[in-house]
Amino acid sequence: MNKTITIDGQVVPFKDGQTIMEAATEAGVYIPHLCHHPEFTPHGSCKLCTVNVNGRTCSACTFPAMEGQQILNDAKELNEDRKKITQMLFVEGNHFCPSCEKTGNCQLQAVAYHLNMLDDHFPLFYPHRELDASHAEVLIDHNRCIFCTLCVRASQEKDGKEVFAISGRGINKHLIVNAESGLLKDSNLEVTDQAAHICPTGAILIKHTAYQVPIGERLYDHNQIDQVSLNREKLQDEQ
Amino acid sequence: MYEHLETAQNPTNLKRVVVEPVSRVEGHGKVTLLLDEDNKVQQARLHIVEFRGFERFIQGRPYWELPTLVQRLCGICPVSHHLAAAKAIDQLVGIDPHNLPVAAEKLRRLLHFGQVFQSHALHFFHLSSPDLLFGFESDISKRSIIAVIGAYPDLAVQGVKMRKYGQEVIRMISGKRVHGTSAVPGGMNKALTKAERDYLLQDIEQMIEWSVASVALIKKVHCSNLPFYDDFGTIRTNYLGLTKADGALELYHGGLRAKNAEGETLIDHVDYCQYNDYIHEEVRSWTYMKFPYLLSLGKENGWYRVGPLARVNNCDFINTPLAEAARVDFKAHTQETMVHSTLAFHWARLIETLHCAEGIKDLLNDPDILSHDLVATGEKRYEGVGVIEAPRGTLFHHYQVDENDIVTKANLIVSTTSNNQAMNESVRQVANEYLSGQELTEPLLNNLEVAIRAYDPCLSCATHAIGKMPLQLELVDANGQLIDQLVKHGNGEIERNFHG
Repeated sequence: MNKTITIDGQVVPFKDGQTIMEAATEAGVYIPHLCHHPEFTPHGSCKLCTVNVNGRTCSACTFPAMEGQQILNDAKELNEDRKKITQMLFVEGNHFCPSCEKTGNCQLQAVAYHLNMLDDHFPLFYPHRELDASHAEVLIDHNRCIFCTLCVRASQEKDGKEVFAISGRGINKHLIVNAESGLLKDSNLEVTDQAAHICPTGAILIKHTAYQVPIGERLYDHNQIDQVSLNREKLQDEQ
Repeated sequence: MYEHLETAQNPTNLKRVVVEPVSRVEGHGKVTLLLDEDNKVQQARLHIVEFRGFERFIQGRPYWELPTLVQRLCGICPVSHHLAAAKAIDQLVGIDPHNLPVAAEKLRRLLHFGQVFQSHALHFFHLSSPDLLFGFESDISKRSIIAVIGAYPDLAVQGVKMRKYGQEVIRMISGKRVHGTSAVPGGMNKALTKAERDYLLQDIEQMIEWSVASVALIKKVHCSNLPFYDDFGTIRTNYLGLTKADGALELYHGGLRAKNAEGETLIDHVDYCQYNDYIHEEVRSWTYMKFPYLLSLGKENGWYRVGPLARVNNCDFINTPLAEAARVDFKAHTQETMVHSTLAFHWARLIETLHCAEGIKDLLNDPDILSHDLVATGEKRYEGVGVIEAPRGTLFHHYQVDENDIVTKANLIVSTTSNNQAMNESVRQVANEYLSGQELTEPLLNNLEVAIRAYDPCLSCATHAIGKMPLQLELVDANGQLIDQLVKHGNGEIERNFHG
């Protein structure tokens, strides 16, 4: 007999060892997330996937599914908290969607739309952050980094390298590159590495490819992130 | 001409009249007048009171962002900024205009025709027609598009639909009516589909018909009060713009041509990449907007006008038949070689609107427009200059990048900047000829705005240089009495200006 959990009243089967996120995705239930990616070890840092499990909150991407869990996901209070978290991600960096080449293909922007984020709410920090354009084919715009660590995990787990790491704490947290100079050109990153393509925002970009996809053909032009995310991640699971 | 009214000889005890904001223009500006006790105008200035600073904050960004980033300068003519930047970054990937794929160039031309068409329609119908239809000193309640809708509903709807059509051309090519994406380094990112082309062809005959009617309307308005229209705000100036190699009117790509007030050619077929050898800019302490001038004539005499009047004056002919007939008719209304009437900007603008409609039709019927051969690349370069004829005039974008593709220097000379001195002169002419010595009333003051509006200025586009901007700091006591004043000049020098 299948083991099940219940998400927003819907019975969802799961297999032993699956997280709530994995079980939900397999069942076609979208839980908002940014730092989660089905191919990499869960990190549980962005907190967008916070759900309520039997009365207590936890990250769906790290919390194991267990028989009989009663889970609240698409709930007003949780979505309000998720919106606030997203607003904080926006104000902590410098996210100027109108001219960002990732617009229309950006998970951060798409999740903000999904959560009906209509303004920043919090005062903008306007932090001073640099670009690293030293690499011939890949660019880092630190203004847009949300410290999801997907590039760190992709470099370690898929590319077999350690190009990226997060350094500093709290507001001083920042993405660093494994090179004596600290510059991407002196690292062993290659444009074919998955780490160069995994960024959910416009922080790590492939040079000379901006705006090649016309409006109308971008990832989120016709479907919201819930649909896009489920389609892509279910496909990845099956592969 | 009226330079003596730029700065009053003795400003103490003069009355100050401020028109703020200047309405029905894009951006924020104000006019100040200083009047003596007989209400004689002693000083008149158009001030641009907003600051944008694009030239500075695009430094440090990768160059491929430029067309999309700089188009945010403006919500009315973003395509012109998009394409001027695109022409510059083509060069950064080693593509000169003649190497751009044919389909990409034609798509850009079509896009730009749509831009100029919608912007000109917006300016004439939404912003200026209330003055022209109801009179410059009409009641304030009449001076808006709402009143035009009430009194001339068919005309108002025509204006709205013409603008909409231009925006639809833009949307089909760039994905959005405002701030889409289309140009990429060396080309375009999307071909026009047959369905999109056929959609645009549906209404093009109507647009041409309405454009012809618009030219007839402005001719009637202008000629029914010819001496006044030929005099109001009128100044004799030099004119600058792009023309084709054969001297035809050109909006997308050509050589620089300048003529003086007598119609004598000052420069011709100049490669715009060399613009810096011909045009310099002056900073003055009382406005955020710079004053460009032709180097050969110097600061005093080298200023010039750009925009529809300059283009129609400068070109030898227009290569679409209906617009050419309208141009010949326009030139025939005066005995002079060059038309100097500031209000003739409107007439010239509508001739260009007609040219755009004809140009759109020609391109939509050109099979090249459906080609998917859209991008070319070459050897990387470190400097690019893009120049285009924006609705309001010649627009220069000049960028330098480093070995990592990051913008290190940017210079934008925006159309309205080129018209800065001319707008000030027209304001002074109107202030001197039509206001001076009279008891000033609100309708009378609208005359100043009418003169400015004729240029269709985009004030938000025009203020960029950071670090060079002049500032004035005033310390005022509780009674409003000036106690101290510091002035930072355009060259960075700070001066205490209070001698009380």
